[in-house]
Amino acid sequence: MDQFTGTVWMLGDDIDTDIIIPTEYLALKTVEDMKPYGFYPLRPELPGLIQPGDIIVAGKNFGCGSSREQAPEIIKALGVSCVIAKSFARIFFRNSINNGLLLIENDQIQEAVKEGDRLTVYTNQYLEHEGKKYPIEALPDNLLDILNAGGLVKAMRKLNGLD
Amino acid sequence: MTGPMTMAEKIIAAAAGVDEVRPGDIHTVEVDQLMSNDGTTHLTIDMYQKKLKNPHIADVSKLVWIVDHNVPCDSPKTAASHKKMRDFAKEHGITFYEGQGVCHQIMMENHVRPGELIFGADSHTCAYGALGAFGTGVGCTDYLYAMVTGKSWVLVPETLKFNLTGKLREGVYARDLILTIIGQIGANGANYKAMEFGGEGLKTLNMSDRICICNLCVEAGAKTALMEADEVALAYLKEHGREPKHLFHSDEDAEYARVYDIDLGNIEPIVAKPHFVDNVVPAKECLGVKIDEAFAGSCNNGRIEDLRVVAEILKGRKVHPLVRFLIVPASNTVYQQALQEGLMDIFMEAGAIVMNANCSVCWGSCQGVIGEKEVLISTGTRNFKGRAGHPDSFVYLASAATVAASAVAGYITTADRL
Repeated sequence: MDQFTGTVWMLGDDIDTDIIIPTEYLALKTVEDMKPYGFYPLRPELPGLIQPGDIIVAGKNFGCGSSREQAPEIIKALGVSCVIAKSFARIFFRNSINNGLLLIENDQIQEAVKEGDRLTVYTNQYLEHEGKKYPIEALPDNLLDILNAGGLVKAMRKLNGLD
Repeated sequence: MTGPMTMAEKIIAAAAGVDEVRPGDIHTVEVDQLMSNDGTTHLTIDMYQKKLKNPHIADVSKLVWIVDHNVPCDSPKTAASHKKMRDFAKEHGITFYEGQGVCHQIMMENHVRPGELIFGADSHTCAYGALGAFGTGVGCTDYLYAMVTGKSWVLVPETLKFNLTGKLREGVYARDLILTIIGQIGANGANYKAMEFGGEGLKTLNMSDRICICNLCVEAGAKTALMEADEVALAYLKEHGREPKHLFHSDEDAEYARVYDIDLGNIEPIVAKPHFVDNVVPAKECLGVKIDEAFAGSCNNGRIEDLRVVAEILKGRKVHPLVRFLIVPASNTVYQQALQEGLMDIFMEAGAIVMNANCSVCWGSCQGVIGEKEVLISTGTRNFKGRAGHPDSFVYLASAATVAASAVAGYITTADRL
């Protein structure tokens, strides 16, 4: 996953976990069942529009609120390749890595892109939009290993020779 | 010779078995206790049963499981999830509570000890700092890892110090203080950081106040909240039949990312407006906002001290006829105490709806959810869009006093204006 391109969906600051998946739908049996209700209080149309490989670009404090792990699971299940935000709430950050969802911190790209634009991510290096490059921080190797394996449980299985 | 450290750093160093840690270091730590509730435990069990080759629990005595989010059950789906949790806990001998109260209140009353490092599969686990324990919220995958290995990794956080002086004025509460602080530093003002509270002002705050303050720190993004366990905390601990694991104190020359000086005497009644906890204003700027429902309860403000405040305001008054006022004790211990003190009679006579101890409308599931365009004033933890029910509804957060006064008035007001 060194380089990939996706269509951008723009969200604002403080996108909380109740926005990503409201409490009402947490009782549904599987993440697949919950998927249609992703971002329901804010943009109920999104699950029907997001295509595999698309990219979410948001403001500060993405994923604030509850520790519900269904939040990153749903974003991943919708096929989103990565979330780029000015900053992430810490529980959401850990949960995303543990579920194999790539998060990228960048506070420049929000001004440059608009919804529907195509954006290319060069993992651990930079973002590219309309020929312009935006540098990004590299993730530490241990987190990258978890991500590349598809999450913490899968990484442990791989480490223990089960997969 | 080690350098000076904060409480957060000392607890992590002890849990990692090293002499010294610095912010930014990543350490593997032994976790002292692992709390999980019915919000996500069924997911942990699914992973445990389906994804692991040789599933086992490192130390079952560290696990505390609490059914508190959907109590009593509101659907066959949640009943199935509870059954899964109940059966698993029984099979493995896990300490298990059901219908006894909100997880963090149960933990404070029965389990948390100063100096411990505690993981909770719930964001408000930072409440345990009121007893000098490093409590932090994790997701169910991190929880599973710690449950199976007894360990996890932590990034040592920088610490923000809040130096409290003075005393809260009459009619101003800990809830007003912590909302003020969150408003000041913002919803991500303490992201990845520890928030430590100290100073002479802290001594004026009782345990209920302290739990309320630490509990809400995650709404500023904090990884944990900490207060040194002083005589007030140790008296609470003794009263509940426990001893500290270890008493950690921040070194006087410890390094803080930032120090805030806060005079408690300057705090006034505060309201957090929809849809963000840091969207705070003085309560007087919200006067007159019509409400449909009021809620006094949750891990933040469902203790006996809060219920006494509510009772004092409701005594001899009636809840406004167009308002549902839900009163939900944070635990059965609180519930029984309220009964013995005659508070329940006052609530019933005023026309309030008294519920069993649980998370209730604070997390917008089974009880008291609000409909389209409805307005709730709440002592709950969050006011996110749709948090308490319909996506187009509105939640205002305030102290138990402001909530009770508003329930009587039918619109947002403070107790001194009734």
